[in-house]
Amino acid sequence: MIGVTRKTARALLSRGVNATAGSTRTHMHFKFQPDDAPAELGATEKTNMCNAIKSAIDIQLARDESTIIFGEDVKFGGVFRCTDGLMDKYGSDRVFNTPLCEQGIAGFGIGAAVAGACTIAEIQFADYIFPAFDQIVNEAAKYRYRSGNEFDCGKLTIRSPCSAVGHGAHYHSQSPEAYFAHTPGLKVCVPRSPIQAKGLLLSAFEDDNPCIVFEPKILYRAAEEQVPVGHYKIPLGKADILREGTDMTMLSWGTQVHVAREVAGIVEEELGISIEVIDLVSIAPWDRETVCNSVSKTGRCIITHEAPITCGFGAELQATITSDCFFDLEAPPARVCGLDTPFPHVHEPFYMPTKWKLIQAVKATMDA
Amino acid sequence: MLTRTLRKAVRPLVTSVPRSDKFHPSTQSEFINELHMIDPMEIERLPVYRVMDRSGKILRENQDPKFTKEQCVKMYKAMIKTNEFDRVMYDAQRQGRVSFYMTNYGEEAAQIGSIAALNPDDLVYAQYREAGVIFYRGFTYQQACDQCYGNVDDKGAGRQMPVHYGSRELDYVTISSPLTTQLPQAAGSAFALRRAGEKRVVMCYFGEGSASEGDAHAAFNFAATLNCPVIFFCRNNGFAISTPVEDQYNGDGIASRAPGYGMMTIRVDGNDLMAVFNATVKAREIALSENRPILIEAITYRQGHHSTSDDSSRYRSVDEVNMWQKTDHPISRFRQYMMTQGWWSMEEDAALQKSLKKDVLIFPLVTAEKKKKPSIESMFDDVYDVLTPELERQKAELMDHLKQYGKHYNMDQFVK
Repeated sequence: MIGVTRKTARALLSRGVNATAGSTRTHMHFKFQPDDAPAELGATEKTNMCNAIKSAIDIQLARDESTIIFGEDVKFGGVFRCTDGLMDKYGSDRVFNTPLCEQGIAGFGIGAAVAGACTIAEIQFADYIFPAFDQIVNEAAKYRYRSGNEFDCGKLTIRSPCSAVGHGAHYHSQSPEAYFAHTPGLKVCVPRSPIQAKGLLLSAFEDDNPCIVFEPKILYRAAEEQVPVGHYKIPLGKADILREGTDMTMLSWGTQVHVAREVAGIVEEELGISIEVIDLVSIAPWDRETVCNSVSKTGRCIITHEAPITCGFGAELQATITSDCFFDLEAPPARVCGLDTPFPHVHEPFYMPTKWKLIQAVKATMDA
Repeated sequence: MLTRTLRKAVRPLVTSVPRSDKFHPSTQSEFINELHMIDPMEIERLPVYRVMDRSGKILRENQDPKFTKEQCVKMYKAMIKTNEFDRVMYDAQRQGRVSFYMTNYGEEAAQIGSIAALNPDDLVYAQYREAGVIFYRGFTYQQACDQCYGNVDDKGAGRQMPVHYGSRELDYVTISSPLTTQLPQAAGSAFALRRAGEKRVVMCYFGEGSASEGDAHAAFNFAATLNCPVIFFCRNNGFAISTPVEDQYNGDGIASRAPGYGMMTIRVDGNDLMAVFNATVKAREIALSENRPILIEAITYRQGHHSTSDDSSRYRSVDEVNMWQKTDHPISRFRQYMMTQGWWSMEEDAALQKSLKKDVLIFPLVTAEKKKKPSIESMFDDVYDVLTPELERQKAELMDHLKQYGKHYNMDQFVK
């Protein structure tokens, strides 16, 4: 094993992506915008996202002895360092490596949850969750329903790094949330920040349904803010209104929220357009009420996500908004998304739903 | 056995070079200096463990599990009970009374011999051809019929196809159709039970066809590397629907795979209840005391069709099926043993079958048929622990639709 570095880029080496051979790191396509932690959550500490995630897992391991966390390379701290030091603290029977086999990780996790353990399974990259698709979609999601509540795997949480990282190409960049949103029985969420990641994970651990938390890996180190040090939860299924506005609603989740926030600032300053920015947070189940109330108020809407546009989760939002807010709409709801190509390597800057594409869409929607 | 045989095969080529455990972290091997490919043909076939012959005679006294008469009668009745249920439900499907059914013909001893060797609270994961296992644990004909009809008393709330049984009370995890998915789950459950300090094993049944799925590989490897007290019990009955084992694998069956995973294994005569019982008792003991998985491969023969949607005469001869029924039937073999002991007679046999048929037909089947289906609203329950706002909305929409259009649906068959 090569020396462990704390660079996200190096983590890609574990899957054979040579991040050092003549490649240059693309500059960040977003500006991380920290939030203030609610005062009632107590003392805070400046924390990046992977340490906030580690804190959530640490708290859970400490408060529930049945809790186990496992996956590929979890024991030495994880390729993104989200489990760093936890094996030393809790032992190799609670923080451990599995063989390199995603369907096994998911199946093993379901079984442990069925037997009553709080189970945290890590899939090293969301791009590699597909071998576990059958276990997640046919098994985890349907366990309670098909058994008439005789058995369930509600104590299972699957966490996995997702989305663009600048140079991840096809298999270190995907945002697969829409595949899972089509499956009743699962809860799926995507945090935008350290505060959110910790609070959502703690909710997922305690939630009595199988949950998938997709963690935008580009935020692991880039996102830093004052995170409450203790235990707190952020509710699943609830969207966040990050910025109030009157002319248009902009919907997003994960890293793309920061792009949307930046765009809202730019168009307000330069064009005087007031945008309400909403972080959907939860993909399944999603907060229809908050979203549709906002669009009914503003009359216009842009949905933006990194995943390909066709059948992306934006399509579900667009369809629902169109039917729920039809008589309040002043322009067709628009989508600014990834393209219908595999996620490219050198062409990543053109693939992404950039702030410039969003600004163009804002103007078109205002003019429609 | 395999290791020993392998070593024997390569011994002449091994030089006196010291053990090379520092050579590479992946192996403890010795060097050899002559090129030699291991051919599976040079490895001895794994033998089949057998306690009694086809006439029910115990072949070696020290292998006799020394069952009492009561134990024998209990196990025998469980086999007959399964067999009678199969006959009635198979006919019920042919008459269109239930939508689907799968029989257990020929595999009764593998099921009953193995489950009788476990504790009642050992957790069972099954595939679908293990009705005898849940009957042995106390699942009633009525519960089984309720499941096959999907009526209001079905524990599964009428949501799954027939024969997908499950019972929390009986520690029998609800069956699902996707093959082999239960194997890595069984390993995970065994891990969690071990960590919780419970002295329980997990028993996991599957067919030789499902052993080809990726999940089987995952499960064997996870169970072995993560020290899971689980027994993988393979029913090798010769066929996966129409596919004979020749099209399923080219190695020595399923058991031979275990040593490759560092897992103990045994191949047993699946039509010999005593052999299955002995192997399972030993496997349980090892699994619990050493925290490791065991693979049992029970060689048997699927005497019935794959399911009611299958006609097996299209891919195998009726003569072959008859041969197994006549010469190597697990139930008649065990009955012969009991009769030799003076514990059973043909008269008792006829009486038992008759009474069971009545127990299935007259009562549970007709009762299950008459019961209403679960309420329409209940189809939204248990997707999540509680109804989501979206499911509430969809439920309200459906009920509103039925207020206007209910006459086009068979609503009176469902509980209000």
